[in-house]
Amino acid sequence: MSAQTQPLSAYGSVRPGRIVAWTVLFLGGVVMITPLLFMFSTSLKSAGHVYDLRLIPDQPTLANYVKVLSDGRFMRWFANSTIIATVVTLSCLFFDSLVAYTLAKFTFPGRRLVFLAILSTLMIPTEMLVIPWYLMASKLGWIDSYLGIMFPGLVTAFGVFLMRQFFETVPNDFLEAARVDGLNEFAIWWKVALPLVTPALSALAIFTFLGNWTAFFWPLIVTTDPSLYTLPVGLSSFAVEQSIQWELIMTGAALATLPTLAIFLFFQRYIVRGVMLAGVKG
Amino acid sequence: MTALTSPRSAGLSGPWGRLSIATKQIVWAWTFLALPVLFFAAVRFYPTLEGFYLSLTDWDLLNEARFIGLDNYRKLFADPVFWQVFANTFAYLVFGTPIAIVLSFAIAYYLDRVTVLHGLIRALYFLPYLTTAAAMAWVWRWFYQPPPIGVINSILGSLGIPAQPFLRSVDQALPAIMLTAIWAHLGFQIIIFMAGLRAIPTSYYEAARIDGLGEGAILRRITIPLLKPTTVFLVVFSSIGFLRIFDQVYNMTSNDPGGPLNSTKPLVLMIYQTAFSSYQMGYAAAQTVVLFVILFSISMAQLWILRNR
Repeated sequence: MSAQTQPLSAYGSVRPGRIVAWTVLFLGGVVMITPLLFMFSTSLKSAGHVYDLRLIPDQPTLANYVKVLSDGRFMRWFANSTIIATVVTLSCLFFDSLVAYTLAKFTFPGRRLVFLAILSTLMIPTEMLVIPWYLMASKLGWIDSYLGIMFPGLVTAFGVFLMRQFFETVPNDFLEAARVDGLNEFAIWWKVALPLVTPALSALAIFTFLGNWTAFFWPLIVTTDPSLYTLPVGLSSFAVEQSIQWELIMTGAALATLPTLAIFLFFQRYIVRGVMLAGVKG
Repeated sequence: MTALTSPRSAGLSGPWGRLSIATKQIVWAWTFLALPVLFFAAVRFYPTLEGFYLSLTDWDLLNEARFIGLDNYRKLFADPVFWQVFANTFAYLVFGTPIAIVLSFAIAYYLDRVTVLHGLIRALYFLPYLTTAAAMAWVWRWFYQPPPIGVINSILGSLGIPAQPFLRSVDQALPAIMLTAIWAHLGFQIIIFMAGLRAIPTSYYEAARIDGLGEGAILRRITIPLLKPTTVFLVVFSSIGFLRIFDQVYNMTSNDPGGPLNSTKPLVLMIYQTAFSSYQMGYAAAQTVVLFVILFSISMAQLWILRNR
């Protein structure tokens, strides 16, 4: 914080260089969101007005949204993505933090080995695992099922690593006091330790949810039935079939983007802090 | 869930009560770890070994996998498409990473000093990071269309610049896709650089100013050296991202994935097509092993650079 405000107070006045920097940064930022602006603007235009490149539509219409949503498939893909991202996030919050807590706060033979083994999986790229996963999913009948899409992400090494850093800062005295009060170990984790690391939990929740919401590679591989597509995979196939109707593609893209933008608006502080935490710790 | 309460529900409260605290800790620890450890074994470790094994087999999903030794690797290294793909993958990496790093550092450096509407400007840069590549690929695809459809060509046209083929050109398609990938991740890198900048103690800057160092000297002699861990992290993170590029390429060239004439095809797209379009699972597994070796070397290089700090 002080690194940022200090120069201003030191010089006491706003210098021309600062105004130039601000203007350039602001214009750069506007350029950055131009694709998003065009996407939303086009989704509100009727087919005849798509190539009119003014950002504020002449006669804005929600007809594209009505058309895309009444198709039914989008609702289904939306529901699929929501259910999958939510369940995977809850599973990661539970298991990642339980494992992280155990590795941070218990002494038992094999602790270091378990931690290193989990950490080492970060080195293995998903691409190497997808063929064996596909084989596993087809043997177990998980192709074209929620479980098939979800199973690889139910516990993550990244989450274990992130949460462990935070559980190490929880004072042992708190846990001892709870032990003296007769709580069992599960209750100590759930009622005493977890509430103390809620900032880390919210960062992990947001990362996991966004990561699963936007995931493309594995859902593309493990689904063939369009009714089980996630939103990105569904959108991709929808866009191919609509390839001339850009207003409908932009509407679909807008529908896939709106939830993440809404999450950002609600949790802006946590997201930025979460990225900073993960970047510095990871 | 039942596993978590098993020591009690199994009626062991008598003997359980007599266990020492250390033993109880061990029992609890393994109760908590049992399921996740099983998960990691079944979903990460076993598939990794299986991936290595499959790379030594000929397997089309229908018949039994047949062990053929290193034939897949011989075939791969003799395949001109692989070397084209290899060159493409490194082109994404070699041009994408430096551009992304320099751009995000410059933006973070100046944004760190901006106090007016700081949050708004940061949000403008960060928002693209939160979007789905599958959706944004289509927005960019529209931008790159020939006139009168494409936005960029319309703008170029109004400036009197001739229309560019972009995604239809063997030379321009790869940079056009790379730009999209840089755009999508810039916000993340800016935030990480800003976290790194904030972590440098203000007293260092004050001392430097007292010593009469100018802004440029402070940047060269204090800011950049102290940001080395952040920069190394981002270089590796960004490199791995470009080496694994798939979503953008797949969605921006979906009528001819990796085209035109394989000029944009990265390794992961080749793996996808080999495995899930032509069902040569063993051959695809060999390609994943090659990807693994490249990524592993880069991660090791990161550890080595940070150790020699």
